[in-house]
Amino acid sequence: MDLNFSAEDIAFRDEVRAFIRDHYPAYLNDKIDEGEEMAKEDFLAWHKVLHKKGWIAPAWPVEYGGTGWTATQRYIWSEETARADCVRLMPFGLSMVGPVIYTFGTPEQKAKFLPRILSGEDWWCQGYSEPGSGSDLASLRTRAERFTGEDGKEYYRVNGQKTWTTMAQHADWGFFLVRTDPAAKMQEGISFLLIDMKTPGITVRPIITLGGEHEVNEVWLEDVIVPVENRVFHENKGWTCAKFLLAHERTGIAGVAASKRNVERIKQVARNTEDGGSPLLANPFFKRKVAELEVDLAALEYTELRTLAGESSGKGPGPESSLLKIKGTEIQQRLTELALEAAGTYGAPYFRSMGEGDNSFAVGPDSARRTAPVYFNMRKTSIYGGSNEIQRNIIAKMVLGL
Amino acid sequence: MDFNFTEEQTMLRDSLSRYLADTYDFDTRQKVVREGKGWNPKVWQAFAEELGILGAPFAEDHGGLGGGAVENMVVMEEMGRAIVLEPYLSTVVIGGGALKHVGGAVADATIPGIIAGTTRIAFAAYEPQGRFHLNDLATTLKGGQLNGHKAVVEGAAHATHLLVTARTGGGQRDAGGISLLLIPADAKGITRRDYLTVHGTSASEVYFENVAVGAEHVLRQEALPLIEQVVDEATAALCAEACGVLKVLHAQTLDYAKQRKQFGKAIGDFQVIQHRLVDMFMEVEQAVSMTMMATLKLDTAERSAAVSMAKAKVGKGAKFVGQNAVQIHGGIGITQELAVGHYFKRATLIENQFGSVDFHLSRYEGIALAA
Repeated sequence: MDLNFSAEDIAFRDEVRAFIRDHYPAYLNDKIDEGEEMAKEDFLAWHKVLHKKGWIAPAWPVEYGGTGWTATQRYIWSEETARADCVRLMPFGLSMVGPVIYTFGTPEQKAKFLPRILSGEDWWCQGYSEPGSGSDLASLRTRAERFTGEDGKEYYRVNGQKTWTTMAQHADWGFFLVRTDPAAKMQEGISFLLIDMKTPGITVRPIITLGGEHEVNEVWLEDVIVPVENRVFHENKGWTCAKFLLAHERTGIAGVAASKRNVERIKQVARNTEDGGSPLLANPFFKRKVAELEVDLAALEYTELRTLAGESSGKGPGPESSLLKIKGTEIQQRLTELALEAAGTYGAPYFRSMGEGDNSFAVGPDSARRTAPVYFNMRKTSIYGGSNEIQRNIIAKMVLGL
Repeated sequence: MDFNFTEEQTMLRDSLSRYLADTYDFDTRQKVVREGKGWNPKVWQAFAEELGILGAPFAEDHGGLGGGAVENMVVMEEMGRAIVLEPYLSTVVIGGGALKHVGGAVADATIPGIIAGTTRIAFAAYEPQGRFHLNDLATTLKGGQLNGHKAVVEGAAHATHLLVTARTGGGQRDAGGISLLLIPADAKGITRRDYLTVHGTSASEVYFENVAVGAEHVLRQEALPLIEQVVDEATAALCAEACGVLKVLHAQTLDYAKQRKQFGKAIGDFQVIQHRLVDMFMEVEQAVSMTMMATLKLDTAERSAAVSMAKAKVGKGAKFVGQNAVQIHGGIGITQELAVGHYFKRATLIENQFGSVDFHLSRYEGIALAA
């Protein structure tokens, strides 16, 4: 047991730091700060830099394109990218379907999809939730019927509706949970399909969220034809992939490094915000809330490190990752509450993109500008990836045996 | 002790409630928000002419209904229930309240216009550096000239008058040396940067550059006690608005929990959801109680302590009820599609308006807990 970095770790940290300094596309952060719409190529700009360097998938096994870093090096990597405010990489390929494919996929599926996930050539989206199946995901009704085509090959015909499909407007491929055996009991009759989003019969419709963002979509599937070779793992055993993916998603969802960076940012804002003639950070109420956040964040961080250490010794993320999801998202939400509170009066103005009108006067400090939309947006974190109520059910059942 | 409304107050509530139910449904409101003006002048006109509510707290001599703080509470709760955009709070409660306290010729001259809907007042008090402190003023009135910058002035873009706090003497945060002014919104030297707020009203950054201010524009010198009184009254009214917002958030969430089925039953059948809805209900009831308490103490020596207690409690309740309304709705709660998200936005802005929970707890401590 040792909490210190070795000399090699420190050398690695310096290498990472220098690489980010020299190669990170910094224009992305200006766009985000201005509340500008991010284009698909903006989301991919950092991805492509990392792919070129070979650092795009630190969590993957080396044989599939991982970096072979130790758990400590991966920790340093997430610390340093958060510290430099690097944009988040889209997780749907890298953290979600990628691990499913290299764990459960056929050699053909691995060869076809993994390189294109790494390069960013394919943008993936997740077809899990349905209007009637949110927390109760296993009740999903999107139907896939198997048939033999005129070419003699096997296909599925898929019909149904998915929702909350994040960034589907950009997606080339989607991974979908579909019901292949309606007679089986809930989790049993589900399969995991990879579907080309350009297939006829797929309609993507935007859902606009409270801050005015277009992040999520409804996806309608009407007689969508999918070759059987695009099914991952056995027919009717897709729930195994789904559970594996959700446990993976949960660890990433904790967002420790980004939250640490956000605590620093809030402290900086509170130092520069006046409150009755002294800095807001000198206000004992505000300061106490920051202190409590730092304590809770340290507790989360060391719990995550213990989990990661367990993973690298071969255990893989288990139901305890639900703890990381609950505590991680609670902290992320409290950070946005605190940022909005720090903004004070200037939390009220709403800006998305300033196109018209007299913009010659600034409206409040830059740090206040997007605090309310971000606060609204981050309410999603206790809902997505399995709501925090569902995560508590998982811990109760799987960890405590209740 | 009597917590009942008079017959007149009940009529006021019922007629406004009916009007808003008939004409101010969610889709109509959202249409106004999308138009981007922050209000609908026709609604304001109807408030004045069809309903007569803009006269609710004013004396009959001025053409009002002869009411006061309780009438404002009744009106504001209904405003909250329909998340109304139009500026009753700044024009009637704040502008009208200041004029009532000042009295005299300026009140006689201005209040009838408020009641008729032709005079609209925006409250230009808070400043970029001042956070929630009404005494922290860099705006100055010297030699008859007003200079400074006011932050997030709601309704300035469609106001006829600005109610302005300005420093005539003393240091930036002194209690003394503050005047309260009522000036025409189109006076020479005033510039604005207009924008929408997060919940769809309009607000502005207002800049004064050598605006000529005569003695007739000064409502009161050494005005901080009056300003605090008016803001206390406004805060009580805002708490009433919050009660309307929270009641709807709770009712809609309860309704959703009964209808939404997962795992083969309504999610309201799960104890974890039941207890959450009960906790929300308790917050709503306590918000209503504290709002009544504060409203009924506005004309007593306990006014400031009572208002800060109420705002601290209501602010906490607004966060709890708003966040849990969204959580129980799940994904649909954070979309623009359902009303619940928009009530959540309003509840969120109310948390910080006229001071955060921390601000009001500190203020209460200062008044009531001297060691």
